[in-house]
Amino acid sequence: MIEIQHLSKRFGRLQAVDDLSLTVLPGEVLGFLGPNGAGKSTTMKMVTGFLRPDKGSIVVQGHDMAKDPIAAKACIGYLPEGAPLYPDMTPQTLLRFAARARSIPAEKQAGAIDRAIGLLELEGVRHQRIETLSKGFKRRVGLAQAILHDPKVLILDEPTDGLDPNQKDQVRELIRSMSADKVIVLSTHILEEVEAVCTRAAIISEGQLRFNGKPSELRENSRYAGAVELRFEGQAPADSFLTLSNLPGVERVEALEESDYHQGWRLFPKAGTPILHAVSDHVRSHGWQVRDMHVDRGRLDDVFREITRSGMAPSPRPSQPQPAQALAQEEV
Amino acid sequence: MRGMSVVLRRELGAYFGTPVAYVFLMIFLVLTGAVTWYLGNFYEMNQADLRPFFAYHPVLYLALIPALSMRMWAEERRSGTVESLFTLPITMGGAVVGKFLAAWIFIGVALLLTTTNWISVAFLGEPDHGIILAGYLGSFLMAGAYLAVGSLVSALTKNQVIAFVLSLVACLTLFLVGQAGVLEFFGLFLPENIVDWFSSLSLYTHFIAISKGVLDPRDLIFFVSLIALLLYANAVAIDYTKAR
Repeated sequence: MIEIQHLSKRFGRLQAVDDLSLTVLPGEVLGFLGPNGAGKSTTMKMVTGFLRPDKGSIVVQGHDMAKDPIAAKACIGYLPEGAPLYPDMTPQTLLRFAARARSIPAEKQAGAIDRAIGLLELEGVRHQRIETLSKGFKRRVGLAQAILHDPKVLILDEPTDGLDPNQKDQVRELIRSMSADKVIVLSTHILEEVEAVCTRAAIISEGQLRFNGKPSELRENSRYAGAVELRFEGQAPADSFLTLSNLPGVERVEALEESDYHQGWRLFPKAGTPILHAVSDHVRSHGWQVRDMHVDRGRLDDVFREITRSGMAPSPRPSQPQPAQALAQEEV
Repeated sequence: MRGMSVVLRRELGAYFGTPVAYVFLMIFLVLTGAVTWYLGNFYEMNQADLRPFFAYHPVLYLALIPALSMRMWAEERRSGTVESLFTLPITMGGAVVGKFLAAWIFIGVALLLTTTNWISVAFLGEPDHGIILAGYLGSFLMAGAYLAVGSLVSALTKNQVIAFVLSLVACLTLFLVGQAGVLEFFGLFLPENIVDWFSSLSLYTHFIAISKGVLDPRDLIFFVSLIALLLYANAVAIDYTKAR
């Protein structure tokens, strides 16, 4: 279990992390999202004990990082951003070094190393110098180092960055398979990755926690971008489905819940067409009793942008850029 | 000091697993040989001792030790491995001392390989073995002090070239403050006790004292406490710079 309380860190004039509180429980896979420079890596560096926070506390598996860093660090497996490794070592010697540093008993070291090498399929490069390995292999060596001691807490800073789609799937599968009894925190730029492996998503921006919830919440927002949700008092009028479907600008209509007793519809607009007024005029002209009517907001990246750009209205453009582009634009 | 032996082993492995060690050892042996037998006028002196051999060590170290120490922390910080290192359950002290000791042991190996000179002298005449041993001790301590300076400087920059140049200048300063000419120059306008204090801070003064074969505890304490102080500053420096 990781308990982060009121964490703050400042670099000069930049408030990298600002009063961040977060708890992650065993069995949870927390996806850490945010634009570049939002404070993801800084937070992870503090949780792993590399950086000292200015304010706040971090407790890992009951060990306070400030008071007993050795015990806290012993519970953690960490893949730093970019997976930095000693280039002159081989996966075998690097893992041996990590095993010794983690005080794994001598007779168990070989077994732990074999297990990590097997899980990340590094057998073929076991005795090859790390500087000669491809980016994907280096990342996997970094992951092997992180899981070597079967830690209770795994902190992975962009674990799939630089991997090809097959390797990404492998790493995600590995994370899922280990998640049952572990606390796993991973950061990523790929929103879909959060849905694929995470049980919870935390979005931070400007060092502050802006969203903390299930990835499905984001997912729903993404699917129903611009859709109008219409809920009637009681059962939906008999002709409402057909007449609403025929409204100009309406792509299709679906039931809000799967049952024979329909209380309302969700209306998907044709691309870029605002349909709220058309729908509300239609409802008024028919005199239907409506309990609730609203527009569902944003797709995944849209939601992400909305959350990470404080005080800014969502973009009015009908075609939303992909997350990577959105991030690239922010960097400029 | 948790993690010291682990870091020490890794560093020694890094020295001997790359060409660095062999290039360094070869250059060290060639240079010590050359300065002893040619610059040091070993034959012309017609004396069976290794004074000309040790006399040039402080100067040789000026170039060679910063070359060895420049990568110690600068490279860790540049490549980001410092983050992997300090998220392992080891202490700052263990890492700093482990790295330092590995480099010092490496110098010790280089010095051990020069004992062929000792054998030659013993073969040619009857040297005072105690003085030669003291010479080795003085040289080893001097190397340790230079290394501690180099390690500290290396913690302050990510750039190995800057680390090399700054270490060289720092070591040169520590070396020069004890030279007779420099002391005379300061003596022109500074009171005598301040000049004496300068002299007592000089590595060279203590090195000469030890290599004469007079083992004054004060000289040993000087080197050990200087190294300890520099390593402490080293740890503070890394703690401050590691995030940048």
